[in-house]
Amino acid sequence: MKILVNGVWRETQRAELAGALEELGYGGSVVSTAVNGEFIASALRARTALADGDRIEVLAPMQGG
Amino acid sequence: MLALYQIDVRSRLMLGTARYPSPAVLADAVRASRAEVVTVSLRRESAGERAGQAFWSLIRELGVRVLPNTAGCHAVKEAVTTAHMAREVFGTTWIKLEVIGEEDTLQPDVFGLVDAARVLCAEGFEVFPYTTEDLVVAERLLAAGCKVLMPWGAPIGSGRGLNNLFGLTALRAHFPDVPLIIDAGLGVPSHAARALELGFDAVLINTAVAQARDPVQMAAAFAQAVEAGLAARQAGPIEPRDLAAPSTPLIGTAFRG
Repeated sequence: MKILVNGVWRETQRAELAGALEELGYGGSVVSTAVNGEFIASALRARTALADGDRIEVLAPMQGG
Repeated sequence: MLALYQIDVRSRLMLGTARYPSPAVLADAVRASRAEVVTVSLRRESAGERAGQAFWSLIRELGVRVLPNTAGCHAVKEAVTTAHMAREVFGTTWIKLEVIGEEDTLQPDVFGLVDAARVLCAEGFEVFPYTTEDLVVAERLLAAGCKVLMPWGAPIGSGRGLNNLFGLTALRAHFPDVPLIIDAGLGVPSHAARALELGFDAVLINTAVAQARDPVQMAAAFAQAVEAGLAARQAGPIEPRDLAAPSTPLIGTAFRG
């Protein structure tokens, strides 16, 4: 299916968020996630099902003022 | 000591971590500032670059407390979701709440700010709202559950100092027991010293240090300024007068009478 990851369309074979993140290369990273604007805690990623067209945000620590 | 949500901090200078020439300069500037609290943010992470992972390692090595922000958020929903994400990544309930309402000045949307503060305080966040000097908004933020306020000095990155001295002084006088941290707009150490002299509890500086020709030296200069300003406040400054008052005693002046 196609999902929008940080504003870029990506293809994934995985049906749930945790698997998709692993497949896309985020394994082991300190990140926080949201699906369609809703925060998804890391503990819930394995049981968060994805659907074609879902919008995923993958955020990490960054410089800020 | 300054107590921020039951956490005691000694330094009255907080430092932002953005816009430094390099990570090494940022690290040196944090050390030179003697800041115990630095602000951080969340941004989209590229799986290839993993820039966020390197930054987070650097901050953890510095051993400072982090205050995550919701910079860039223009809506209550965005800010609340970002706060949830920050709490998970940074492992803190502290959140510097920004809801921006206007692009040219980056002025807070104080209506959205109060709404977001109400939601986050109810969820157990310890909210540091980036606000204006408006007294009514301040009242609303405190009623929402905020225990600290962060009024702006001037628009973010402008370096203009304490833009509305009267309004800020009134805010300080109106809330004598609320920790007030001047956030944004300070340009030089004398602005920071002035803020502390007026009774503000701390200042948050980013651009003025990060974009200085020598950020590390400027960080040290701000550290000295807040120490001087706090000491002056504690020492009790004199009231300004309109007319001269001789400092040398007049009794026994020669050639008189």
